[in-house]
Amino acid sequence: MATFDQTDTLALHRQKVVRMQRIQDFIFEKTSMTFALTTLVVLLGIIASLIISAWPALVEFGFPFFYTIEWDIINSKFGGLIAIFGTVATASIAILIALPLSFGIAVFLTETCPKPLRRPLGTAIELLAAVPSIIYGMFGLFVFAPLFAEYIQPAIAATLGQIPGLGFLFTGAFNGIGILAAGLILAMMILPFIASVMRDVFEIVPSILKESAYGLGCTTWEVVTKIVLPYTKTGVVGGVMLGLGRALGETMAVTFVIGNAHKLSPSLFSPGNSIASTLANEFGEAEPGLHYSSLFALGLALFIITLIVLSLAKWMLLRAEAKKGLKS
Amino acid sequence: MSNPTHFDAGIYRRRKIKSNIGLFLSMSAMAVGLIFLLWILSILMFKGFSALNVSMFTQSTPAPGSEGGGLLNAIIGSLMIVGSCTLISTPIGVMAGIYLSEYGERSKFASVTRFVNDIMLSAPSIVVGLFIYAIVVVNAKHFSGWAGTLALALIAIPVVVRNTENMLRLVPVTLREAAFALGAPKWKVSTTVVLKAARSGVMTGLLLSLARVSGETAPLLFTALNNQFYSTNMNAPMANLPVVIYQFAMSPYENWVNLAWGGALLITLTVLGLNILARAVFKEKVAV
Repeated sequence: MATFDQTDTLALHRQKVVRMQRIQDFIFEKTSMTFALTTLVVLLGIIASLIISAWPALVEFGFPFFYTIEWDIINSKFGGLIAIFGTVATASIAILIALPLSFGIAVFLTETCPKPLRRPLGTAIELLAAVPSIIYGMFGLFVFAPLFAEYIQPAIAATLGQIPGLGFLFTGAFNGIGILAAGLILAMMILPFIASVMRDVFEIVPSILKESAYGLGCTTWEVVTKIVLPYTKTGVVGGVMLGLGRALGETMAVTFVIGNAHKLSPSLFSPGNSIASTLANEFGEAEPGLHYSSLFALGLALFIITLIVLSLAKWMLLRAEAKKGLKS
Repeated sequence: MSNPTHFDAGIYRRRKIKSNIGLFLSMSAMAVGLIFLLWILSILMFKGFSALNVSMFTQSTPAPGSEGGGLLNAIIGSLMIVGSCTLISTPIGVMAGIYLSEYGERSKFASVTRFVNDIMLSAPSIVVGLFIYAIVVVNAKHFSGWAGTLALALIAIPVVVRNTENMLRLVPVTLREAAFALGAPKWKVSTTVVLKAARSGVMTGLLLSLARVSGETAPLLFTALNNQFYSTNMNAPMANLPVVIYQFAMSPYENWVNLAWGGALLITLTVLGLNILARAVFKEKVAV
């Protein structure tokens, strides 16, 4: 009888432990799931709160808000075109310049760089990516802009500015600050992001492919352009889009050098404004009302544009990743 | 048509030259990147160190146009805001990372979360500031250190989640199976075995997120705002280094601009230091 009792209580005890553990497991899974849910909630919350706060402006101005020029605080007439144009223009300039440079860096790091230098040089590029954007802004305003106005702008005006049909882009006073200067600073800022993504996707190319090409007598450059690049094109485009997403939403690096002028001019030398810089400059002083909700509408436009660009980037990088899975 | 067996030295030379030009250009691109890094750092060192002195750490920010003063209130404010941000984002980020790695193998919810998290990694930080303004500052009717903390936490969490998940995935499945075989429940395996095995990797992620938020300016502009005076009240507007640097650098006062360079140097050294530390921690783990 005694032994029976003992095994009985043991079994009971075991059952109790198992039940306890099941409950603990359940709680743990649901808690961690709740925390994982926060990112989703935050994303939806951002979109919802932006729409709610931007609603008065969206109702008042309707869809034309996104393509009218006027930004008149005194008469409460608002249109976002100048800021949207500034954002798109600076980000496009940045991509145009950063793309070839970062491609070069990635090729150098994966193909020609001597082995012992690869890690330190790669780290240096990654550190360039870690420098806070406000430092790029200060550097742009105090160091780059004076040099740009004194040497580079006259040189550009004398060369590119003379091309018929394109010259209008490079006219006006040599201020140093403006759309072009902001684009250049942004280019330097996103360069390391794109370069490190490109380097990572270049590294997933199976070496047997490259070796086969070398075996057929290809030069290194031919291997890069005809084997590596076609193999990794989705990944490369994804990396570029990632850089574009960063460039579109960047605030501090742009605000310092774009000039913060609310006017639309075809010349890239003239000061302008981007969505982010408009927000940084005006949001603190905005009175509740149309000005305030117009700024939210600009924020909404920025968020949606970057959301689309980043989603495309992510999707392309995932496709590139899937290729890596095929390889192993 | 040339005979295929005939070796055309001209074509070969042209291809070789083309290749060398391409490789030379890519090397120049690397040089441009490095020169730029050195240029920024040397300017920063030069202007920053000449502005650096003891009163920067002992006095609060000066009034417009006056001499002297320091950054004490901003440094303390930044430490408090970034510190509380870490306290909030660490548990949330690590737990979410555990979920994605341990429970979210094939679930639809996990893959959506992963996707959204990666997008939030690069979402414009100024919009996060707007969001916190709309839900916290508007309701509380005043700017506060807490609002700034929350804004930074929203930026830090995706970094921690991403990194934690990646690091936990590196832990071999056999380790988990061994623990299960001993009868350990899943939550114990996740926290005491998997998380412990990956702790230096997770630590790296925390340091990287810390480095990321230390330099963020845009989300603090309309949340923590600024405070000219020394204050440790998280429920009121709070001075912090990035916003002080922004305001001082844009100002016409020479003293303020100098202080901004000093602050910029402090921030950059902190951020780069944290990055290098993170790499060192991670390397140690890989070596073991």
